[in-house]
Amino acid sequence: MKETTGIYPKFYLYNRIVKAKLYIDDNYCNNIDLSNISDEACFSRFHFLRLFKSVYGKTPHQYLIQVRINKAMEFLEQDFKINDTCFKVGFDSVSSFSGLFRRMHGCSPSEYQRLYKIRQANIKARPLNYIPNCFVEPIK
Amino acid sequence: MITKLNHVSIFVLNQDSAFEFYVKKLGFKVHTDASMGPGMRWLTVCPPEQPDLEITLMLIEEGMMFKGAAASQMRELVKNGTFGFGVFECNDLNATYEELKAKGVVFKKPPTKEFYGYEALFADDSGNWFSLGQKDK
Repeated sequence: MKETTGIYPKFYLYNRIVKAKLYIDDNYCNNIDLSNISDEACFSRFHFLRLFKSVYGKTPHQYLIQVRINKAMEFLEQDFKINDTCFKVGFDSVSSFSGLFRRMHGCSPSEYQRLYKIRQANIKARPLNYIPNCFVEPIK
Repeated sequence: MITKLNHVSIFVLNQDSAFEFYVKKLGFKVHTDASMGPGMRWLTVCPPEQPDLEITLMLIEEGMMFKGAAASQMRELVKNGTFGFGVFECNDLNATYEELKAKGVVFKKPPTKEFYGYEALFADDSGNWFSLGQKDK
């Protein structure tokens, strides 16, 4: 690759790691076997884990959990039920989903959904409360 | 004493398209998406690890911000890539470059070692450009 010459060494390693990351992004809802990912990336499992963590600061498993919880937030914001959300993002058990969600966000999925709905209702009812003064003045 | 910056504006040509770019491609989180009446939308997004910095995706149109011909002049300036609005940071520049390129982000410069650091330049869907650097590892 022309753009890699001299300035961008080992791009093929990044390319494989990024592909693995994007694979997790696209397949988070499935039962992903992370050892398959390292196979697809043509790495030994150990080498793959080490490189993935050095690039993203998390192991592939930790990253998968984060993606699932982030997607769960989106489904909760769209008013999906807790059970449905849990299974839609690839968790097998509602209790483990709720526990992980609470650990990462400091509240349960139902509490998150409740607070989100309240905020959205407030934005709809009083949008100007969410806009800094300097931008509100011209439209008052 | 000023303690922090909590809002910054980026002028965009189309808010729907900017939403797709900043949220779907860059992975930013929507902070506030409020309709303020016909044709008026207050849309702010945050970098994933900076939830208290709202980036306002401000539509360039004649009205409260731009009077008369200023809107069309501003649209032309943005479209032509006049404005570089800031520097974003990531954990790993090479990996982020590969990922964003795969998602269709247009880079004006690939990761390059400069005397001031390691950076890439990309443009948003309107034409605003940004530097992208990485944390010291």
